[in-house]
Amino acid sequence: MFESLSDRLGSVFKKLKGQGKLSEKNIQDGLKEVRLALLEADVHYKVVKTLIAAIKERAVGQEVLESLTPGQQVVKIVNEELTNLMGGANEEINLSGGHPASIMLVGLQGSGKTTTAGKLAVYLRGQGRKPYLVPVDVYRPAAIEQLTKIGKELSIPVYPSDTETKPEKIAELARIKCAQEGCDTMILDTAGRLHIDDELMAELGRIKATTPPSDILLVADAMTGQDAVNMAKAFNDAMDVGGVILTKMDGDARGGAALSIRSITGKPIKFIGTGEKSNAFEAFHPNRMASRILGMGDVMTLIEKAQDAVDVKKAAELEKKLRKSQFTLEDFKDQMVQVRKMGSLEDILSMIPGMGKSKHLKQLKGSDKEMIKIEAIINSMTLEERRNHSIINGSRRKRIAKGSGTTVTDVNQLLKNYTQVMKMMKKINKGGMKKMGRMLGL
Amino acid sequence: MSWFKKKDKAEKAQKANEDKNPEQEAPEVKAEEPAAQPEEAAPAEEDAPPASSRQEAGFGAKLKDKLAKTRDVLNTPIEDFFITKTELTEDSLEELEETLITADMGVNTVMDLMEPITEKVNKKQITNSKELRAALTDAMLDLIKPVHENKELPNKKPLVIMVVGVNGVGKTTTIGKLAANFKKQGKKVMLVAGDTFRAAAVEQLEIWAQRTGVQIVRHRDNSDPAAVAYDGVAAAEARGMDVVIIDTAGRLHTQVNLMEELKKIRRSCHKSLPGSPHETWLVIDANTGQNAVSQAKLFHEAIGVTGMVLTKVDGTAKGGIVVSICHDMDVPIRYIGLGEKAEDLREFEAREFIKALF
Ligand SMILES: Nc1nc2c(ncn2[C@@H]2O[C@H](COP(=O)(O)OP(=O)(O)OP(=O)(O)O)[C@@H](O)[C@H]2O)c(=O)[nH]1
Ligand SMILES: Nc1nc2c(ncn2[C@@H]2O[C@H](COP(=O)(O)OP(=O)(O)OP(=O)(O)O)[C@@H](O)[C@H]2O)c(=O)[nH]1
Ligand SMILES: [Mg+2]
Ligand SMILES: [Mg+2]
Repeated sequence: MFESLSDRLGSVFKKLKGQGKLSEKNIQDGLKEVRLALLEADVHYKVVKTLIAAIKERAVGQEVLESLTPGQQVVKIVNEELTNLMGGANEEINLSGGHPASIMLVGLQGSGKTTTAGKLAVYLRGQGRKPYLVPVDVYRPAAIEQLTKIGKELSIPVYPSDTETKPEKIAELARIKCAQEGCDTMILDTAGRLHIDDELMAELGRIKATTPPSDILLVADAMTGQDAVNMAKAFNDAMDVGGVILTKMDGDARGGAALSIRSITGKPIKFIGTGEKSNAFEAFHPNRMASRILGMGDVMTLIEKAQDAVDVKKAAELEKKLRKSQFTLEDFKDQMVQVRKMGSLEDILSMIPGMGKSKHLKQLKGSDKEMIKIEAIINSMTLEERRNHSIINGSRRKRIAKGSGTTVTDVNQLLKNYTQVMKMMKKINKGGMKKMGRMLGL
Repeated sequence: MSWFKKKDKAEKAQKANEDKNPEQEAPEVKAEEPAAQPEEAAPAEEDAPPASSRQEAGFGAKLKDKLAKTRDVLNTPIEDFFITKTELTEDSLEELEETLITADMGVNTVMDLMEPITEKVNKKQITNSKELRAALTDAMLDLIKPVHENKELPNKKPLVIMVVGVNGVGKTTTIGKLAANFKKQGKKVMLVAGDTFRAAAVEQLEIWAQRTGVQIVRHRDNSDPAAVAYDGVAAAEARGMDVVIIDTAGRLHTQVNLMEELKKIRRSCHKSLPGSPHETWLVIDANTGQNAVSQAKLFHEAIGVTGMVLTKVDGTAKGGIVVSICHDMDVPIRYIGLGEKAEDLREFEAREFIKALF
């Protein structure tokens, strides 16, 4: 759907190659593209403005490096700026003070608080803590049942709240019960609320006052648009949150809200949610997020790795072919060779946000031994066969197997996987993660 | 996963990956089989909520009210800019662009809208803020008004509406509100608990059925949603219902197997009552940014969306992205959600909505 920033910059900066320094004038068009990319990724208008100014300041006067195109170089600067903005600070959950420790989850309606409470409990249990789930949402229909069911499924104790008791009272009672249950960390699941709902915001303050929490985490949806700044500012002003959890990162949202929230509150994003299940919970990586916002996967790491391993022109050609679905078995082999120079395929794929868990990618994973096998099979094909796999009939398969010292089943499997990759590429191209093609092409 | 694993193993692993849909391969509900006796909650007519004191206030009034609150909080003079007939400057155009972009209209849509207007400003055909506002309103109306003309709901009995959308946007709540709304029109309503996956999703819908005094058909947790849809539609037909509303589990549009599940639910409805579901409504959260475009596109491609509901318009987010979606996909916005109560639902009014955007 979105053209990636490096594609756009590529054409903008074409004429600039080998021109010495980046200047205010010659990066102007480039910065326009950066601005568009950030706005399309839902980064707030004002945040974009500030960022562009910072990027401009950094870029102007820099020498254009030999190894990079001017476009790539600007992408690199942009990427670093975004990463810096989102990175640093304390990323761990604060569990200090308070017996028991307690974590309070707050946020807008439907952002994923209750689901995250379960995930957080599992995470903390993994750290050797004894979590205690406390439903303090007495408003949403069946909210208490929801958390109770989640707790039961995960074998984590849940405080038996009821909708007749005031949330702050529940928090107070649960504190006592938590210790009795032999638990040491309360997780308070509060009701979703609008940041402009004064009454309910005041209620959060009362819960905070009675508990008092070791950490307060704002749970925000990665699909949030421009309003992320208003929401985050209001919650932070009212509650002084300790950090943010960004949910629903398993979709194709670019997630510019991460940048908006971080820049308006200055609070770190501590975790991301990547699915509905309790294990779909990961640490936040600023560099991955930056690339995702720019629509490029973890492109910087890849650019860096690729610089010594890959002939840039060849990579570009491959990418083009992938997009047009003219990616032949021969290209496939070429790509394998390149990839092997960079490390395991699995590593590389895992750098692409949201893709690491795809079942298709799991099928792609292969040990180096298998890659060698694949190479051997493709080597035993004629040029014609490599360019047009559909002509590879039964007798040809037998010949190829024999030539490569493998079995017909192996050849069949390879051909099947190849067609699957082609299918996946089509889907990805359609779905907007065009960069995937480049990743594999590198 | 290995490249060289045997086929059956590969498929097994793949199946294990399809977490939410273990029964995908299970045979579909057969039309000749008698529908399993659904559990149901008795209608609780007396539980219907009292009409809200705010109900009389029009959609515009309530929006305005909410917006006023928003303005107080944000301290941004959204409308002030238009009140005085000030002369236009470069700055005023930029301010307007900012307002539209921060309403999540989408940068491309905003540029398309602003281009002819900027030209008129340059040619002095538009000279003050009032004219500017009028021109922009008209341009936006041109985009979405035609989509909403002659879009009455089909005259079916029962009318089967399937409600879909990504996680947490407000599907189940909207269904509760719709039930209240249809009931108020004197219609017999049945809800179908098609979200058998999320913890307590069925209980949540049950509470809504009780609150609004309508019937509900449910199966056990983790049962096949297509089967409950089949039974729900069959039961509604047998009992002479006017409207059937099917809740579905929230799912991201990028999850291929879950989108397949929606197709299966559709087929199942059709088997139960040919031609149904008659309406498929996509719920979009006003807080959503540009991702809504991808959501709309992929849901539409998979199951054909016939209407949209924009929720959480009572917050500070404007939901401007629906303007381009509505226009590009030619799908009307049926309702907007303005709160968490049964009465917080309004029919969509293009002009009022646009007025609230800038
Ligand atoms: N795909 C995906 N879905 C998620 C994620 N986190 C939560 N969800 C889903 O989002 C929906 C809303 O989640 P809840 O946990 O009920 O949200 P909440 O913030 O507690 O909602 P309220 O209590 O009503 O404010 C559910 O369908 C969850 O399964 C995530 O990381 N990825
Ligand atoms: N302020 C406000 N909140 C709403 C509105 N509509 C729904 N909500 C709230 O949003 C949260 C999620 O609503 P649900 O109806 O559970 O959403 P859903 O789409 O069914 O969620 P899943 O089934 O988990 O995907 C709940 O807390 C609702 O009360 C609205 O118009 N305004
Ligand atoms: Mg909740
Ligand atoms: Mg629901």
